[in-house]
Amino acid sequence: MSAYAFLSPWAIGFVGLTLGPMLASLALSFTDYNLVQGADTTWVGVDNYRSALTEDPLVWHSLRVTTYYAVLSVLLELVVGLLLALLLNAGFRGIGALRTVYYLPAVVSGVAASLLWLLIFQPRDGLANAALGFFGIDGVEWVYSTEWVIPAFVLMSLWGVGRAAFIYLAILQGIPTNLYEAAAVDGAGPLSRFTAITLPLVTPGILINLILATIGRFQIFTEAFVVSQGGPANASLFYVLYLYRNAFRYFRMGYASALGWILFAILLALTLLVFRSSPLWVHYEGARERE
Amino acid sequence: MSRPQVVLGPRPTGRRARKASALLALAGAAIVLVPLMWMLSTSFKAESDVFRTPIEWIPSEPRPENYAEATQLIPFWRYFLNSLIVVVPVTIGAVVSTTAAAYAFARLRAPGLKWLFVVVLATIMLPGEITLVPSFLLFNQLGWIGTYFPLIVPAQLAAGGFDAAVSIFLLRQFFLTIPREHDDAARVDGHGFLSILVHVVIPQSWPAVGLVAAFAFVHSWNDFLQPLLYLTDQSRYTLPLGLNFFKDIYNTQWAHLMAASVLALIPPVLVFFFAQRAFSRGVVFTGRR
Repeated sequence: MSAYAFLSPWAIGFVGLTLGPMLASLALSFTDYNLVQGADTTWVGVDNYRSALTEDPLVWHSLRVTTYYAVLSVLLELVVGLLLALLLNAGFRGIGALRTVYYLPAVVSGVAASLLWLLIFQPRDGLANAALGFFGIDGVEWVYSTEWVIPAFVLMSLWGVGRAAFIYLAILQGIPTNLYEAAAVDGAGPLSRFTAITLPLVTPGILINLILATIGRFQIFTEAFVVSQGGPANASLFYVLYLYRNAFRYFRMGYASALGWILFAILLALTLLVFRSSPLWVHYEGARERE
Repeated sequence: MSRPQVVLGPRPTGRRARKASALLALAGAAIVLVPLMWMLSTSFKAESDVFRTPIEWIPSEPRPENYAEATQLIPFWRYFLNSLIVVVPVTIGAVVSTTAAAYAFARLRAPGLKWLFVVVLATIMLPGEITLVPSFLLFNQLGWIGTYFPLIVPAQLAAGGFDAAVSIFLLRQFFLTIPREHDDAARVDGHGFLSILVHVVIPQSWPAVGLVAAFAFVHSWNDFLQPLLYLTDQSRYTLPLGLNFFKDIYNTQWAHLMAASVLALIPPVLVFFFAQRAFSRGVVFTGRR
């Protein structure tokens, strides 16, 4: 019995604030519930889903914007994070201090960091353009340009690459050193040691980082709300920002619920795809031990 | 996990490669720090010097009074206090509820417990956007719009989505490493489960508990979406809302805005430094990485 007593806060929270709202959200997504004109709510079947996917161009637009951002940002994080982890794994002193520095962006997140980046991306002359100017490169309009606003958000996200690097680093530090020694004896150069030993063994880390980063990037909100409000000309209208507007600016609660479930379906499909494909490219240590 | 004759650790590298790696890693750290340095530098500048190039990293006439002025332009300390009013109960509540749940999953037996743990793990994947609308309607029904309850109660019930689920998982894994004999000895002495949790398990788990507390604190301190939805009265704004409000009305006063932002970042950075020390000390204690 006492097990349930210890679990009760979590269980109450799960039923009351996760499972219950999920079911309510599913039900709402089949209605035209509007918080302002809530009185005559009717059951509309799959209308919300149909109109979101076929009639509302902003849904597809926001999905395109979000996907563009997520693909660039996740790929860069995977690659740069791995490179950084390789550097940190070289075994020099002073790692502790560097670890602190690379973790800082994860702590310094939210509105204060968004305001800092908004200042950095001021065209005349924020830090970004001042730095470009230092190398004789003409600056761009960053978050005020439809072309550069997404790359600006990607740079912002790359600032927090330390988190991914430390997941890789934990795995790199678990690689037996004698594997490298044996390979060196066999005459393998640094590059082939990387592709034959490090890369396969680090694939579980790539899997974790890929899933965490993808889920995280698809849900970008605060930075977008503070820095660009979806502009210019909707060029940074990320999906969750659009969902927020439908729910809390237009009070279309039913429609916003449907948008939430569409996002869930996308993330679930992506996660399943990554997991299903993982036997093809993720090296599991257990498989080697069984030999 | 015992694999004899295997040496783990940093990759064996030559001295030259090690030096080059150290230099590159140092350069990367400098790149990470530059935006923060610029923030600090800007916060001491006169408004007219903010965008002057070449950049003046150390202002020739530093204006520490920016800080005092920034806290006057918006009711900064009011917002700071409001943030604390939210974050302190969130942190305590999150630690208590996730620790209790993790203890049940690590140590106790009951039908269905394994399945419930799978449910916890499943909630890690759940995007919060699904429950956004119904939660709002629920709190609206309860008359909680405009109060701090919607920001505090979910964390106290370990319903913080990703964070809460990860915390339960982390704590459970940590509890599993504590030898059961310690529990059994306490049980023989007549301690109940709660007493064992408080007197045996938690004292050996400070690194994990500290980390969970730090997560909860930093996340709640930086949270923007929930306060944005639920706080309607300006006098009740938390700091993130206050800073955003500052930007909306004084959007050209960058030096003052940065001063306010620097002040807002001090508590999470302090918590992070303390938690990091606690964490590494715990690693030394338990011999675990």
